[in-house]
Amino acid sequence: MIAPDRWPITERPANGTAAPLLRVRHLSTDFITQDKQVMHALDDVSFDVRPGETLGLVGESGCGKTTTMLSLMRLLPAAGRITSGEAIYDGVDLLSLSESQMRKYRWKEMAMVFQSAMNALNPVRTVGDQIAEAILLHGLMDRQAAERRVEQLLDLVGIARSRKEQYPHQYSGGMRQRAMIAMALACQPRLLFADEPTTALDVMIQAQVLALLKDIQADLGLAVVLVTHDLGVVAEMCDTVAIMYCGKVAEYGSSDRIYNSPQHPYTQRLLEAFPDLNRPGESLASIPGYPPRLNALPPGCRFEPRCHKRIDVCHTIAPKLIDVTSPTDRRSSTTRHVAACHLCEGPEIAT
Amino acid sequence: MSERWILLKRNLAEFWRVFRRNRMGKIGAFLLITSLAMAIFAPMLAPYRPTETIRDANGRGLTFAPPSVHGPLGTDDAGRDVWTQLAYGARVSMAIGFLAGFLSMAVGSLIGIAAGYFGGWIDTLLMRITDVLLVIPDIPLMIVLVAALRNLDIGFSPIFLLILVIGLLYWTSTARLIRSQVLSLKERQFVARARAIGAGHGHIIRKHILPQVMPLIVANTVLIISVAILLESGLAFLGLGDPTQPSWGTMLNFAFARNAITRGAWWFYLPPGLAIVWVTLGCTLLGNVLEEILNPRLTSHHLESEAGMVARASVESAASGT
Repeated sequence: MIAPDRWPITERPANGTAAPLLRVRHLSTDFITQDKQVMHALDDVSFDVRPGETLGLVGESGCGKTTTMLSLMRLLPAAGRITSGEAIYDGVDLLSLSESQMRKYRWKEMAMVFQSAMNALNPVRTVGDQIAEAILLHGLMDRQAAERRVEQLLDLVGIARSRKEQYPHQYSGGMRQRAMIAMALACQPRLLFADEPTTALDVMIQAQVLALLKDIQADLGLAVVLVTHDLGVVAEMCDTVAIMYCGKVAEYGSSDRIYNSPQHPYTQRLLEAFPDLNRPGESLASIPGYPPRLNALPPGCRFEPRCHKRIDVCHTIAPKLIDVTSPTDRRSSTTRHVAACHLCEGPEIAT
Repeated sequence: MSERWILLKRNLAEFWRVFRRNRMGKIGAFLLITSLAMAIFAPMLAPYRPTETIRDANGRGLTFAPPSVHGPLGTDDAGRDVWTQLAYGARVSMAIGFLAGFLSMAVGSLIGIAAGYFGGWIDTLLMRITDVLLVIPDIPLMIVLVAALRNLDIGFSPIFLLILVIGLLYWTSTARLIRSQVLSLKERQFVARARAIGAGHGHIIRKHILPQVMPLIVANTVLIISVAILLESGLAFLGLGDPTQPSWGTMLNFAFARNAITRGAWWFYLPPGLAIVWVTLGCTLLGNVLEEILNPRLTSHHLESEAGMVARASVESAASGT
């Protein structure tokens, strides 16, 4: 049984727009440290991912981007616990599945591109073998068909077929990342999580890998969740953006709205900290201080200690998500624009 | 497939290149191979049957005869050829050593991998069992077990019993070694990826963990075999071997029991003793070298070769200078 959508951040699908493939609502995850302290790594995270669209999860290190992704794949380390929320994938709540049911979803429905391809590949097995691994594991094809599929996948990401017999150390960094993408596509998933797929690469190869991801997404109609802290990558790749701060969604909206009229002070600061090509000489803004420790969160808004626009209420009361969708935007986009800030005006999103 | 074959050949060639320059490794391999050859070719090497009594021209049994034309290593108290017994004893000693070594390696690897991979209460349980076995002295425990199981008369041959007891008790160090390696391996990201593609525990252990700990297992097996041979010799010396199929340890037991030492019949007790030293030394040397080659953290050969190149270059430049 699936509960009705209690948090309608997306309008009912109009004609021509698809229903969300993945609908995450109120996802909360805790980590329990060795001395039994509870760290609230994720608190009430909600977003939608629609087929063929890219969602960017953006934020500083430690804000819960990767934790969100691992929670949804149900691959959290042993110390992690999902405490509440739901993640409806194509009508099924992933968080209520048993481990063996979940295993059928992994890779066949939702695949992952890891941050560091060198570490994610087993150094003592050939790349082709590892790409075929998932196909054979899910029993999708026999070995010969899988071999042919591996060759197709390598063609797709621009790696010579003959290199499938080689080991990861014989690949360059960019090739390894492309091999990871080929591996992610092996079972024809509908949803792809990409965890900072380009951070370990230089700028040239970064552009190559991103272009490849974009092409493949367009060809296959994949939904992509892109975890990154690079706003340039987000602007280039994403349709919707969720700005995360300290385990919470600070602002969520179409990337057009987020870039052109950011409502949350954190988003504004984040964008100011990014160099603008039109004003090359300008010095960049920086956000003073550090994110709070997850076991010593401020009582009010989590960004309050670092916020340049803080008011008294910020210190005591945590802000609710406010619908700040402009009337013009409401007509053109199905994604609502929401921000969690006391300064924003608009109707509160019902919980 | 051809690429894989080439890589395998290249790996073997690389292994051989490092191994060939290691004197200790070569000595160890020589010692072990000669012992194995002795065991395999025992019927061809031995001039007599193991139970045959050598008689002189008058038909009298040659007891405690020193080395002579009748037997290269003399005869024992019953007039049997010591060299023949030594050759046939190699078969028993090596068989028990190898089989018990493999068994203990299998048990140790299994327990080490299970404890390291699954962690939690499985780890705690298995490691506490390991701790208990670790603090009980091996030899007394094995003596008690072999003696007790023999009295139970469950139909196991004494040799099989020795293999079983040594193999099932001497795995503690292996288990701890493998466990520590698996603890580090399972946190690596390719294991996380394997989980992400929907792999179960069996698949991850078989395809990702085992290939990585295999070199460690191989090197350790050789070391464990030497310990197993020593343990078997000890137990057999104490009379727990099979008297109808004497191993080197049983030979020592016979020599001791029949006063070879007080009679000064050194040819009766020295050869089996030296043979035990010979094969365990070989295993230890070879095992250490294998560990050094197969464990990347212990390698220093690339530094050595560089130093060699520098030295050679300076020699050449000095030679050309003069």
